[in-house]
Amino acid sequence: MVRDGGYGEGVLIEARNLTKDYGDKRAVDDLTFTVQPGVVTGFLGPNGSGKSTTIRLILGLDRASGGDVTVNGKHYRDHPAPLHEVGALLEARSVHSGRSAANHLLALAQTHGIPRRRVDELIDFVGLHDVARKRVGQFSLGMGQRLGIASALLGDPATLILDEPVNGLDPEGIHWIRNLLKSLAAEGRTVFVSSHLMSEMALTAEQIIVIGRGRLITDISVAEFVRQASGKVVHVRSPRAAELRAVLDAPGVTVREADDRGLLEVTGLSASEIGDAAIEQGIAIHELTPQQASLEEAFMTLTREEVEYKPLAHAAEKDEVAA
Amino acid sequence: MSTASTTTPLPRLSHTGGVTQLRVFRSEWTKLRSVRSTRWSLVAAVGFTIGIAALACAVVSHHWPHMSAQDRADFHPLDPNLAGVQLAQLALGVLGVLVITAEYSTGMIRASMTAVPHRLPVLWGKAVVYGIVTLALMVPSVLIAFVVGESIFSGRHINVAFTDPGVARAVIGAALYLTVIGLFGLGLGAIVRNTAGALGVKASALRNTAGGIALFSGLMFVLPPLMNVLPTSWNNAASPYLPLSAGQAIMSTTSGNHLSPWVGFGLLCAYAAAALAIASVLLVRRDT
Repeated sequence: MVRDGGYGEGVLIEARNLTKDYGDKRAVDDLTFTVQPGVVTGFLGPNGSGKSTTIRLILGLDRASGGDVTVNGKHYRDHPAPLHEVGALLEARSVHSGRSAANHLLALAQTHGIPRRRVDELIDFVGLHDVARKRVGQFSLGMGQRLGIASALLGDPATLILDEPVNGLDPEGIHWIRNLLKSLAAEGRTVFVSSHLMSEMALTAEQIIVIGRGRLITDISVAEFVRQASGKVVHVRSPRAAELRAVLDAPGVTVREADDRGLLEVTGLSASEIGDAAIEQGIAIHELTPQQASLEEAFMTLTREEVEYKPLAHAAEKDEVAA
Repeated sequence: MSTASTTTPLPRLSHTGGVTQLRVFRSEWTKLRSVRSTRWSLVAAVGFTIGIAALACAVVSHHWPHMSAQDRADFHPLDPNLAGVQLAQLALGVLGVLVITAEYSTGMIRASMTAVPHRLPVLWGKAVVYGIVTLALMVPSVLIAFVVGESIFSGRHINVAFTDPGVARAVIGAALYLTVIGLFGLGLGAIVRNTAGALGVKASALRNTAGGIALFSGLMFVLPPLMNVLPTSWNNAASPYLPLSAGQAIMSTTSGNHLSPWVGFGLLCAYAAAALAIASVLLVRRDT
């Protein structure tokens, strides 16, 4: 399956103090992170947080104002065969609308001497066979996205960088992308995928890098992120709910009646602390469940401070979602 | 759109070649031939070169018996023969602008620069491929125009032979002139896009292309008449050095207020080379 030498050794993306200014606006601010091979790494942040700029810096499309970013130990532009090294899908459309999908891919393939049959292979692989000779300007958003993914995979690259790949895809296409990313990573490739949706990343990524306003917020495994996000809220059901409520009441603890059949929602105590307190008082418990916080909520808590600098309209929207 | 199976792994690719200038030439050839604007502009250039030559020669031939002796003395058969060049240069110059600005307006430039991150091979690729295509089409076109025109004139016995002094130079020179005009357009197009980028202007797709064409047409067609505002002595001194009139010296059949054929053409080449050189510096420096 794997090309000579595999992908495992040192194929990674490394950003060190990466900074990009556009005029007096700082889009990327002292960003340091490493993307490891063999797993899908999610690149998360609210819209406008600098994800696309970071990707443009990785690809050498924009020049960094400070710091450095390398792919597999080299600047992108120093790779003699970049399409074999890195396959990229940019958020902005990067296709001449007057050209057919087949000719678009052929022109890219020819820069590396990649044979024409590879173009046909990729067209079939992404499911564009029927429209390969049509002008790209007539494509739907989803078809355009599939063409972009075909361009990224053309060189059978060791590293994939995809900016919001599920944008514009139908549910079937989204499903296809998720599985594709996982299988590409399982082959040992480095897969770096940006998204503004935590829920999407929870389904595909193993590691996430979260940024806000161009700055690194956290670099964490999805499992750890879920663990940190969970267990903050515990559901406890008791036939003597009112008594239990009085027992649990303490500073830093909030207890709320979740229904009228004795279900309490407790924040600030772990499940074991609640169980111990109940048994001490001889209060029976019929249910004791730590709740999984929604990932989206946890993500918003994480990025809240970065978002709070934003105009009032955004703050209001955020409160609405949180409530 | 068929369903791509969710379990199919990506087919592997055994080939592992790198980017070379020769490969980029091939890629640029694919790009050039696979858009409609190329076909239309080239068909227009060929059509103008041959069609207008035939038309102008036919008109002159028809009027010849009624022309004054002075007019006949001033007349050179190559003048109507090369009349089509004036319109062909517009089609080729605009196509030269489009070859590069269309990449910016559609976003294709990002794909191009990701595949060829050194960037310059793309500019050289465009220039060489477009130059060869233009020359390969325009040499036969001017020769056909010459044969057609002179066969019309042969009825009046006012035709010239290809071997007459200066004729081959003027005819083949027309094709060279048109090729360099196309490359000049390419250079200007690349500069204008980058100027817009440098100013932080979020140029719309239309303005991207229009800017290049406006600059090209401005230099070609607006500047020369504007020179008339200058005092006559200044105008006479400066006008021969404008790109258009300098380059057209290679097609001249008379000696007059212009540079010698090869000096003038050399100056046009220098203008085009300067435009491409500035474009190359900007292309490497600017964010894409």
